[in-house]
Amino acid sequence: MDLALEILPQVLVDGIVLGFMYALIALGYTMVYGVLEFINFAHSEIFVLGAFVGVEILLLLQSTGQLEALHPALVLLLIIVAAMVVSGFAAMALERVAYRPLQGSPRLVALISAIGASFFLQDGLRLFESLWRNTFYLTYPTVEILDRTVPLTASLVVPVKSILVVVTALIMLLGLYLFVNRTRVGTAIRAVAQDPDTASLMGIAVNRVIALTFFVGGAMGGLAGVLFGLHYSLVNPYSGFFPGLKAFTAAVLGGIGNIPGAMLGGMVLGLLEAMAGSYLSILTDGAFGAEYKDVFAFVVLILILIFRPRGLLGEKVREERG
Amino acid sequence: MKGSVASIGVLVYIAVSSVLAYLHPQSVLAFLLFENSLLLIYYLPAQPKMKFILGAVVLLVLLPILGFINAYYLEVAVQVGIYVALALGLNIVVGFVGLLNLGFVAFYAIGAYLWAIFGSPQANEFIAGGFFPLAPSWFFVFLIFSIAVGAMTGVLLGLPVLRLRGDYLAVVTLGFAEVVRALVNNLDKPINFTNGPKGISPIEKPPLFFQPTLEFFGAQIAPAKLYPLYFYFLVLFLVVVIILVTRRLEDSRIGRAWKAIREDEVAAAAMGIPVVRMKLLGFAVGASFASAVGVVFAAKQVFINPESFTFMESIGVLAMVILGGMGSIPGAILGATGVTILNLQLLKGLSLWLNSVRQSGAVLSLPFLGSFALDQIPVQFEPAKYERMVFGLILILMMIFRPQGILPPRQDKRN
Amino acid sequence: MALLELRDLSKRFGGLQALDRVNLTVDDGMIVSLIGPNGAGKTTLFNTLTGLYAPDEGEIEFQNRSLVGLKPDKITGAGISRTFQNIRLFSHMTVLENVLVGMHSHLLTRLTEIVLRTKNCQLREEEARRRARELIELTGLAGREGEWAHQLSYGEQRRLEIARALAARPKLLLLDEPTAGMNTTEAQSLMTLFKQLIGSYVRAILLIEHNMRVVMGISHRVHVLDYGEKIAEGRPDEVRQDPRVIEAYLGQGSWVEHAQR
Repeated sequence: MDLALEILPQVLVDGIVLGFMYALIALGYTMVYGVLEFINFAHSEIFVLGAFVGVEILLLLQSTGQLEALHPALVLLLIIVAAMVVSGFAAMALERVAYRPLQGSPRLVALISAIGASFFLQDGLRLFESLWRNTFYLTYPTVEILDRTVPLTASLVVPVKSILVVVTALIMLLGLYLFVNRTRVGTAIRAVAQDPDTASLMGIAVNRVIALTFFVGGAMGGLAGVLFGLHYSLVNPYSGFFPGLKAFTAAVLGGIGNIPGAMLGGMVLGLLEAMAGSYLSILTDGAFGAEYKDVFAFVVLILILIFRPRGLLGEKVREERG
Repeated sequence: MKGSVASIGVLVYIAVSSVLAYLHPQSVLAFLLFENSLLLIYYLPAQPKMKFILGAVVLLVLLPILGFINAYYLEVAVQVGIYVALALGLNIVVGFVGLLNLGFVAFYAIGAYLWAIFGSPQANEFIAGGFFPLAPSWFFVFLIFSIAVGAMTGVLLGLPVLRLRGDYLAVVTLGFAEVVRALVNNLDKPINFTNGPKGISPIEKPPLFFQPTLEFFGAQIAPAKLYPLYFYFLVLFLVVVIILVTRRLEDSRIGRAWKAIREDEVAAAAMGIPVVRMKLLGFAVGASFASAVGVVFAAKQVFINPESFTFMESIGVLAMVILGGMGSIPGAILGATGVTILNLQLLKGLSLWLNSVRQSGAVLSLPFLGSFALDQIPVQFEPAKYERMVFGLILILMMIFRPQGILPPRQDKRN
Repeated sequence: MALLELRDLSKRFGGLQALDRVNLTVDDGMIVSLIGPNGAGKTTLFNTLTGLYAPDEGEIEFQNRSLVGLKPDKITGAGISRTFQNIRLFSHMTVLENVLVGMHSHLLTRLTEIVLRTKNCQLREEEARRRARELIELTGLAGREGEWAHQLSYGEQRRLEIARALAARPKLLLLDEPTAGMNTTEAQSLMTLFKQLIGSYVRAILLIEHNMRVVMGISHRVHVLDYGEKIAEGRPDEVRQDPRVIEAYLGQGSWVEHAQR
């Protein structure tokens, strides 16, 4: 029991960092679902793409010797913006190529296409990196400042990179919230999410709004990708699969289509997973340990869908026609 | 008149392609042509009895002979057979009932591990007494038993999951398969049920019960040569049984209920169909096929580990069903055959061909684009490794251009 | 003898009271019509009766047995079958298959029987097909068994829905605007069919209709709904002259004129 309490602060910190990353990825799923009632299965690859953009830029800077020379804040800003832009556009292209032709079809048809896109992108990234760098398992070069630690309390140290995750995520989440609720464009997105036909009658270019939604969701995913890469250092084309599924679980947990829901769901799942990872073996006396933490999210998903399918904060999807 | 000409044409084709395959055992192309004869038989405008006889000759006589000379052909045929069985099972769930199960491989894994654990020394880890591996003839018992286990697992999964929306159901089934895989991967402690990532081996093969009969006729064939043929006929038999069962179900009140549910669940319920029960049944039947085939797989491979049962396998089978045509039995067979051959032979052949081209040192000159030294083709570009990309492309293109598949459910007018 | 009795049936959707303490009885051998302006709650009544919605209050008694809380397939099993306002056929199945689906609750072939294709199973299938053809002929679709449901004309699709509903051997047949979109001749032949059905195929019919000629022509009793409430009930000629009914239809004057023709 003492051990449990001792590691609790560290577990909480891990959980929060994880939670923010899941929240950022979950936004991509929830926004697209809100607008199209469709799971963008390939969002996990959009997320990983951001990580790859980050690592490629860093490696480029490293090879030209610039990595040490430039101010770390500038470097970070550069890769974050680049990742967000690239992922955003990639998501938009994905929608245009693989989903828009299927707009009138049953939703499962689009889902299958999304799965196909996910697979295609995974191997596509692999092919590109194999040809470009002769390997597709890449390591983030160290940006020295990120590994420094900041002591929060007597026994608790937090690495700068974790703080970076939390701070960046908070800024972005706030920005997104304002964007969706206080701007005209954001209102258009919400209108299309509620009732695309009426929105279009009101003069909203629905397809453009959809494209924009994909861009914003994709950008958030790309951001999460860079943060993921900075935090865990190792990326490969297949590392998006599990985070993506877990983030989707988070989106459902919070209430699909609901942006604050995605944030809440992400946090809850992150904390739960961190706790499962650390406490599961203690609880089950070593029988089930941290190796089950990856599928823990699925168990959570199944449980929510059985007991509270609308999620914690309620769904926000298309209104049924009376 | 047209029928007879076509029949003769096909007969000639079969003869020529089988001779070619016989003379060129290394040629992928020759074997493909030979396999293609089955497709031609299918489309032949002739009496069903005639087509049946032709098909039987190809499958029961010609292919085994070719396989006896070149065991690789039998290996391919067995793989195709296994995937055909899987595709037929998934076809019931996705095609007949209309439920997108993304974790179908879990049932396959369960069947495989069922025999693997008890048909090898593995079970001695948790059941004392040294009873294991069970005698080879238990294989058949487990084959039957796995049907029940698969069906039960299907029902257990279905119960919480079937009332969910289509897309949620898909993701949850995916999650379920991952949970099964994680369990299989990690249940080597505290009690070693599955031996974790190391896998289980050696797994017993079914007994060569016909060997005495063969020897009686003076045929002394080494087991190593006999087993590939044995598995081939075993899988073929299983596939035929599955096809038979599926067709009978399709043409019954159960099959009609499934189709009705897929078309319009509300109307189906209004017509007295117990929707949830029918969906569970569909799940169970599909799962039982997969588990049965899993047992055969384990016995054939002699060694299994969790890596054979990944998400990609599930998607692979899904791609087969979709490519062939959801809800269509010939479609599922075509899709499974096509994709398996694509993977096993085409992609591999392409890799080999590229390798030889690379080594030839030739130079390709294209107008306007300049010349390319072909040995410059990067080593990383190995088509055999890009299965995922191929599956992905199949799924996307099929959904956009031909969602009903190559052989959509036949529109016959039986009364 | 009351076959069906609805007592104080109420259903609310958010702020909208779709059904407000509706009382309705259908006796054996009767054709009862349910009329009212659009949005009055008629289809909601059908949906609640057949288990699609759970009533908030009230009782549904069918052959002295409560149907409240039963799932739709159980209610069909109890002896009530329906057609839909917007045709809900199984479009990618043939005419024959559609009718055969309707027989699901009576075609009792078990899984093992089907897989083994026992004599019993084959016999039952044959019997079912025979009966299905009979119903197809009854509804005037003879010869069309092998066609796809979506290939039929609108009027033929409506009749197929009726055949399918009859396949379930209902005691009470619910018809939701069965003659919508039909011309006079088609409507006339349906009217004849309905009168034929009573006593031989079904025990009673409850129908929702806008076509007053049909309502007046075949109903034994007419109930009128407006804004979820029942505002009138009685014989057709009584109801047509009821001032509350006329007022409810005011603004849809063509209906009233039509009724008085």
